[in-house]
Parts: sequence; C-alpha cells; structure tokens
Amino acid sequence: MTIEIKVPSVGESVTEGVLSRWICKSGQGIKAGDPVFELETDKASQEIPSPAEGILEIVVPEGEKVLVGAVVGRIAPGKISSVVPAASASAPVVSAQPVLSTASPAARQIAAEQGIDTSKIAGSGRDGRVIKEDVQAAVSSQKAVPASTASTAPANVVVRSSGVRSENRTRMSTLRQRIAERLVSAQHNAAILTTFNEADMSAIMALRAKYKDSFQKKYGVGLGFMGFFVKAVVEAARAFPTVNARIDGTDVITPDYLDVGVAVSTGKGLMVPVLRDADKLSFAQIEKGIVDLAVKARDGKISVADLQGGTFTITNGGVFGSLLSTPIINPPQSGILGMHTIQKRPVAVDDQVVIRPMMYLALSYDHRIIDGREAVGFLVRVKECVENPERLMLEI
Amino acid sequence: MASYDLVVIGGGPGGYVAAIRAAQLGMSVACVEKRATLGGTCLNVGCIPSKALLDSSELFSVIGHQAAKHGIKVPAPQLDLASMLGRKDKVVKELTSGVAFLLKKNKIDVLHGAGKVSGSGQVAVDLASGGTSNLTCKHILLATGSEPINLPFLPFDGKTIVSSTEALTFDKVPDHLILVGAGYIGLELGSVWKRLGSRVTVVEYLPRILAIADAEMATLLHKSLEKQGMVFQLGTKVTGATPEKNGVTLRCEADGKPVNIKGDKVLVCVGRKAYTQGLGLESVGLVPDSRTGQLAVDANYQTQVAGIYAVGDLIAGPMLAHKAEDEGVAFAERLAGQKTHVDHATIPSVIYTWPELSSVGRHEEELKAAGIAYKTGKYAFKANARAKCMDEEDGLVKILADASTDRVLGVHIFGPRASDLIAEAVTIMEFRGSSEDIIRICHAHPTLSEVTREAAMAVHKRAIHA
Repeated sequence: MTIEIKVPSVGESVTEGVLSRWICKSGQGIKAGDPVFELETDKASQEIPSPAEGILEIVVPEGEKVLVGAVVGRIAPGKISSVVPAASASAPVVSAQPVLSTASPAARQIAAEQGIDTSKIAGSGRDGRVIKEDVQAAVSSQKAVPASTASTAPANVVVRSSGVRSENRTRMSTLRQRIAERLVSAQHNAAILTTFNEADMSAIMALRAKYKDSFQKKYGVGLGFMGFFVKAVVEAARAFPTVNARIDGTDVITPDYLDVGVAVSTGKGLMVPVLRDADKLSFAQIEKGIVDLAVKARDGKISVADLQGGTFTITNGGVFGSLLSTPIINPPQSGILGMHTIQKRPVAVDDQVVIRPMMYLALSYDHRIIDGREAVGFLVRVKECVENPERLMLEI
Repeated sequence: MASYDLVVIGGGPGGYVAAIRAAQLGMSVACVEKRATLGGTCLNVGCIPSKALLDSSELFSVIGHQAAKHGIKVPAPQLDLASMLGRKDKVVKELTSGVAFLLKKNKIDVLHGAGKVSGSGQVAVDLASGGTSNLTCKHILLATGSEPINLPFLPFDGKTIVSSTEALTFDKVPDHLILVGAGYIGLELGSVWKRLGSRVTVVEYLPRILAIADAEMATLLHKSLEKQGMVFQLGTKVTGATPEKNGVTLRCEADGKPVNIKGDKVLVCVGRKAYTQGLGLESVGLVPDSRTGQLAVDANYQTQVAGIYAVGDLIAGPMLAHKAEDEGVAFAERLAGQKTHVDHATIPSVIYTWPELSSVGRHEEELKAAGIAYKTGKYAFKANARAKCMDEEDGLVKILADASTDRVLGVHIFGPRASDLIAEAVTIMEFRGSSEDIIRICHAHPTLSEVTREAAMAVHKRAIHA
C-alpha cells in the first residue's frame, strides 16, 4: 500500500513552511526513519524522516511553500536490501568535515597568536570549552618553563590509538628556534657546496688497537678517532688557510689559530662546543677536551663561552649510522668536515680488490671565499693524513 | 479518584511550564488553577498586561511628543482608555487561551479551583464549578507564586489604596497617582499613567530608587524619569493614609518632619510575598519561612516533605517569570533523572520603563563588596547610528569584566530595547565569555547591539567609534 509523506507539525503556531531540499531522489529506495526532505519554517530548518520503507516518489518539488499536513511525496511498497549508496551520495558527507574548535573567539585569537593548540588545553568554560583565561594560563605557564625542560625528541612521539588520528603540537624550545634560525641564515647567506672523498681507516684502526690500552692508562682517556681527525684538519688548514677563514662584510678574516668546533648531539638539539687552539693540542688533550665538552653539553652545563668562536667545525654523523651527508656550515665559519660511519667495503688497492674499513668524508664549504681547488685540496689533505697518520708526525 | 504521576498546584509560568515539560517526558499530569484563566500573575495581572499598557502608553507618548521631529504632524492625540485597556485584555486573553491550548495539546488535565495538599500524595480541589475533586499522585508541585505585600498601616482597599492588579484596570486616568515604593513594578506602572496624563509622585523609603540595581544605572533611570515629569520623594517613610473626599492624603515623614501628599490613588508596590494560604501545608508539616513566606527546597526542588516540590516565587531567588519557567523545566527534568541546573547568576532582569533598564550578572557595588578587581567599559547610545535613526539616544551600556581574566561579570543596559539587547550578554556569560569575545563576534550594522560591542572595546580602552 502506498504511504503518503506529509509535512509534519514542527511546532505550535507553525502552519506552513518551505520544502527546501529533497535529500533522497525519486525512484530511490529508502528505509523508514531515513531523512528524506528538509523543511524550513520561521522557527527552524529540519530534516524530516521517512515514515516507511519503500521507493520514493516526489510529488512537490524543492523550493515550494507547503502547508502542514500537505502531501509532498509517496512511498511505494518495496523492500530494499541494504542502505542505498545513492542516499549517501546526496546526503552531506559529515565525516569529512573538520571538527571546528569550540574555543571562544578570544581564546582562538590568542591561541593562534601564541601557537597554542586549544584542543590540548583543559577548558573551564561551559561544557569544558576553552575560554580566554585558559589560553592565557597556558601561555604564561609556557613562558615559565625554562628552555632546558622544553620538548625533547621522545615527547614528540605521537601514540596512535585505534582509528583516532591526531597530531602533537609542541612549542620549539628557544634553543631549537635559534638553531633553526642560524641554519636557515647559513644556507641563505653562504654559497654552500659539498665535496666528497673517502678514507681508509685501517691505519688509524691499527694504531688504536695497538696503543689504546697504554693511551688510556697514561692519559685516563680513550684513544678515539677525533684526535686524528682534528690533527688532520690542522694540517689541511695550514695548507689551505682559507677554509679556516670567515667573511666579515666585504673582508675575509683569516685567523692564525684553529678553534675547532665539535658537533655534539644532546637531548636539546645540536650543540657545537669549541676546542680552543686545537693546532696546539696533543692527542690526549684533544681527546680529553672533546670528552669534557661532550659531557658538559649533555648535562646542560655548557656555557655560552664554550659555544662561541670556532673557526672550523667537525661533525660526525657516523655515530648514528650516516654513510654520506652534506653538512651545513656553522656561521660565520666557512667550512665543516663531516665524518661518517666506517663501513667495510671492497676497494681497489694495487689493482687488487680488498676489503677495507672505509669512511666517506664530506667537506661543505662557503664558495664565496673558498674555491673548488682549495676545498678539494683541503679534503684530500685530510684524507691523506687520516689514511697515513705518520704524515701528521712528519708534517707532510 | 483520579491518579497522576504529577499534580501541579498553580498554572502560572512555573506551574504550566513544569506541567508541559513533565508531560513531554512521559508523565501523567494534572494542573490545578484557582483563576478562571491560566498563566498566573504573569499573564493575568503582571508581566503581560503591564507590558501591553507600557507599549500602548509609550506609543501615545511618542506620537504626542516625538512624531513632529520625524516630520509627522498630528494634533495632540486623544486617549480612549477603554480601548487601550480593551486591547490589553485581548492580548491577555489570547495568551491565557494559548496556555490552555498547550496544556490540552500535552494531554494535561486542568482543574479550575482551589487546590490544597490533603495528605501525602493527595490533592483536594475545591472546584469553581462546585464540588470537590480528590487527586492521588506520586509527586506534588507547588507553584502558587506570590502576591503584593500588604502594608499593615496602609492596607489595600481595592479603590484608593491599590496594588498593581488594580493599577492595570483604572477606569480613568488618575489626576495624581502616588506610588509607594520605587521598585520596578512601581516605576513601570507609574510610567504608564504618567504618559497617559497623570501627575505621578514616587515615595521611597531608601535614598535611592531600585535598591537592587547597579547604582549608576539606577541614577540614570532616575534622572530620565524626572525629565519625563515624575516627582520623587526619596528617603521618605510612609506612616499612613487619611481618606479625603476625592482621594486620599498620604502621611509621610522625611528627615523627621511630616510630609503630606494628596492624590486620588495610592499604588503600593513595596514587593511581593510568597503565597501559601489555603495550601494545606500544615497537614503535611510544611512550614514556610516566617519572614519571606517561602519554602526551602533542595537541588531537586523538593521541600522538606518527600514528594512535595516547589518552584518560582515560592522559593528563594529573583521573583521573575523566566526564573520560574526555568525552574519548572529543571524540576520536571530532574524528576525524570536528568541533571538540569538553573544558574541564578545568569538570570537577566528587565525594567520596562522607557528607556528600558536591563541587567545580568553583578553590579559594581557587589563586586566592590566582594573585593573582586574589575574593569569597566561604557558606551553611550548617543554615539550609535541606529539609535540616532530611531531618535532614541538616551542611555548607555556598561560592561564589567574581571581585571585579570577578562571574564564578563556583569552587563547593564539603560536604553532603547535594553530588554532584548541583554540576551547577548546572558549568552556570553553562560559560556563564561570574556569582553574580548564580545568584540570578536560580528554585530550587524546599524543596530543597537553595536553599543554592547563598543562597550566591550571600551573595557580595553579601544572603542573604535569613540
């Protein structure tokens, strides 16, 4: 039996409305209770559900004024097997809508200015909405937290619960913001290029194997790679002093000392404490100096003086497994040496294929004052000294 | 013996709204009303008739005094009081019939007569049509409202010493109407008759009008009413009345000196008292407060006697129709297990003088007394475009915001349509909004609502149109 769809009474004193929209189409199979058309009255606009299951036949078109009780459609009997896809195509796709913030206008304004995510703040407004004072409190508590306790890498791990996608937003610590600024300005101001080479580490490794115990015993510090590399850099810098220079306005300043920055990764971000007068330090002094600086940096006890100056930087991505990279120079310096992981590779030695522990070396440099010849020469010199440490002794 | 889930005694805003909500929630309900018409004091002898007369008399005044400014030439308008009162009666009738229709539509049984509690879950009704009806029920809601306070030294006589009820039906415009009490009821009714041609004198015991309102706003209204011709006798105590041939002499005292005021009618509006007479409360051991006459209730509006509840003017809080309505709804919903709550802090109040005076939240004296640091923002209607177009430039909006959190603590409006403009402030306060929120919300132009927005800006000393 065909069932009529009539305009229902939606409120006292409402006698008519406008059939503003048909949600389903003529010929469409609909279920009882499915929203079938939208009725607009003086008071409200609402979706009217279908009174029965069957095939819809539209009688009154959209946009028509209708009286309460008027027949606007009919439902012909007919079972429909499942929810008709057409219904979902014409119905608004609600799930794709982004969830709008219920924070108050002022709260939203301040949050946007201060980079705060209101969904992460407890709200004291009606029904837990975030209001102005909640955001203000979040801003002041953020300012009260010193940079040393700001976000670390683990805090940014987003644990995903089933089906819920969310993001974690954390304010960058002042330190990280500064690091970010400097890196960007370095790339912006310098013409940075990277030249590569590789070094056979077997000589150094043989020396270490032979002398590490007595070195440790005598100096109380391990014999690592850094002593060799710093000394190699000293040698290379003697040969190619421009790599140790810096630009100041239209001048090039070339110091006659070498303060080597050693990049250290700490929980708070990258720091580059400086080994002063590295050209005058012994192996033990270099190793000890680096250990001291690294410990200070990781403990958050590094001072500003420790981080200032520096004429050249060495960075070691190898400890994290990096095979090859293009380091960014540390302004106002003009060069940075990148050390990488030592990997056994087949190489040609005396026309034989042999397995050697190889390390790729990268030298990023500021092409404004260092030309290719100098950069390549510098790196070749480093390679030579690293592959043949006796050259450091002989200063060849 | 008819049996119900709920019997409501009193068909005013508290009672009939509670009955309808309860019926919507599936309860079987009966409503007992003493008057022949529903709607209580509000519809019959309160809010509605007074507003009808206020609007009519305001129109009379505007035509007489302001039409010329608009280039409309009319001779001095003539008053047909009978017609004006007739229109008022028609409005009342439409609304009371409307309530009757609503109760019928919600299948609520209405009994006209005096209802009283005759035992636990028992209500006896002395039917107006004769006989008695006994109802049993699970719950009884008392919603009998309030009545004007009758001063023992100046008792109502229904003719010369009258209450607001009679002041809505004077058969002619009094020559001199004396008001006792400068509260909102008195000032509203005084405004009506002033506009229709009476001389009006207001006698008030306190040194200021509208004791419960913000002092600055009350002063603005006071000055406006004086400009409209009302005479105020403040700080004056009334001691009695001596009947005269054509009226009465009101005997008063000011600064220890006797003051006599002669007039034809004295309208006593010194407040209202909860009405519990004949309700049979003693039969169940319910005793109203000796001073206020009100009943104490818990969060579910239940009195000390289980199964007996009360809302509206019968219980503490502002004696306002919308408060009674909200409580009626809350009572019914709580009975159905919901957790509805009426927040008294955000109930607005309105005085329908012209300009109107409305407010929500706290006023300056309250904040100072509570030691709360606050900021103030004010903006005058005089600077508002729409107000100028309407030729209604008197008044201002005052916003009080917490000095540290900027949360809106109170909004006070004296000006045209203040009764409607206050709704925005109530909403903001309900959402615990700040004055900055008001600023950041778009307000249509040109509207009076922009005054509220500029006042919010003034809190931060950055009004744009000032």
